[in-house]
Amino acid sequence: MTALIALFWRDLRRAWGSGALWIPVVFFLLVATAFPFAVGPDAPLLAKTGGGMLWVAALLAALLPIDRLVRPDRDAGVLDQLAVRGFADELIAAVKIAAHAIGFGLPLLIALLPAAALLAQDGARVATIAAGLALAIPALAALAVLSAALTANLKGGSAIGGLLILPLAVPLLIFGAGMLDPSGRGAAKLLAAVSLLLTVIGPFAAGAALRGLRE
Amino acid sequence: MAELLRFDRVACIRGDRLLFEGLSLVLARGEALWLRGPNGAGKSSLIRLAAGLLRPAAGTVTRRERCALIDEAAALDPELPLRRALDFWARVDTVDGHAVDRAIAAMALAPLSDVPVAMLSTGQRKRGAMARVIASGAPIWLLDEPANGMDERARGLLVAAIAAHRANGGAVLLASHFSLGLKDVAQLDMGALA
Repeated sequence: MTALIALFWRDLRRAWGSGALWIPVVFFLLVATAFPFAVGPDAPLLAKTGGGMLWVAALLAALLPIDRLVRPDRDAGVLDQLAVRGFADELIAAVKIAAHAIGFGLPLLIALLPAAALLAQDGARVATIAAGLALAIPALAALAVLSAALTANLKGGSAIGGLLILPLAVPLLIFGAGMLDPSGRGAAKLLAAVSLLLTVIGPFAAGAALRGLRE
Repeated sequence: MAELLRFDRVACIRGDRLLFEGLSLVLARGEALWLRGPNGAGKSSLIRLAAGLLRPAAGTVTRRERCALIDEAAALDPELPLRRALDFWARVDTVDGHAVDRAIAAMALAPLSDVPVAMLSTGQRKRGAMARVIASGAPIWLLDEPANGMDERARGLLVAAIAAHRANGGAVLLASHFSLGLKDVAQLDMGALA
C-alpha cells in the first residue's frame, strides 16, 4: 500500500512539478477566451452556447497530456522496474488513472470559474457544469491513460491517441452537455453511468496495454 | 543449497528469431552466473526472462525470491536529486532509509546525493542504479551490463558489492561482454548456444 501511495504521489509531483500539466488548463482558458471573439460579445447567445463549448474544451484539454502519461515511464524503465517487483499492470494503471484524475481534474475545475465567467454563464449553470465535469473526470482520466498506454510504442502517438479517445468520450460529451438542457433531466444519471463504466473498464484495458508494451 | 532461480528447458524467441532453446540453469544462494557472449546472443533476453518481463516461448522460469534488476534504463527520475530518486524506490520496496544510506555508501555516491539525476554522467547514473539494486534488499540480482560507463574505481565498488551480496546469501545473474574479474563465478557462453 505504501508503494502505491508513493507511486501516486510521484505521478502527481511529476504532473504538477513539470508545469506541463498546466498546458491543458491554459488551453481550456484559451478556448473560453477565443470563443466570444468568434461568435461576438452577445451575452444571451454566449450564455446559451457557452456551456457546450466548455465541455468541448474540457474534452480536448483531456487529450493534450497523453504523450506524457506512459511513454516517459516506459523509456526510463520505471514500468519494467514495477513489473519486476510484481505489481499487477492493472494496479499500476489504476494508480496512474487516479493520479491523472486529481492532477488534471482539480486544475480544470478551478479554471472552469474564470472560463465560465468569460462565457457569461450564471451561477446555476457553472454549478451544473462543475458537477458534470467532476462526474466525467475519472472517465476522461481512464481514457487518457488507456490511449497513452496503447500508443506509447508509436511515433506521434499522441495524435493517434486523440483519435482513439474521441469516439469513446462522445457519450460523456452528450450527457455532460445534456445536463445543461432544462429538459434533459436524466442526463446526470446517464453521465454518471457512462463515467462509471469507462472508469471501471479503464484500469483493465490500460493494464493489458501496459503488458503489451513489454512484448 | 537453497535454490533461488531455476530455468527449465527454456526457449526464447524474439521477433522471428530463435535465440536459444532447451536452456536449463539453477542459481542458488551465494552463487553467481556470468552470461557472456557477443552482442545479440540473447544475454539481455535471458535477464528479462529471469525478471519475468518476457515470457518463455517454451519451458518454465521459477523465481523463489524477489528480484532486483539493472538494465540500460536507470529508472531514476531525472529531475530529482539522486537521494530522493532512490528514496522513491525505497518506499516502493518498503525498505527504510538506512538501506539507502548503506547503498549510497557502497557505491560512493554520498557527494552526489543532492545532484539531480539529469546532471549525472553515464557512469554516475549507473552507480545510482546499482545503489537502487543494493537498497532493494532483493536476494536475486539481475545485472545487465552493470559496468557499462563505469570507471575503474566504480567497477571495484561493483565487484565488492556483488561479493558482499553473495556472502549474505544472495545470488547474482550477470550479463557482461567483458570480464569484471569476479571470483568463483560460473560462466555461460551464450554465443555457444546459438
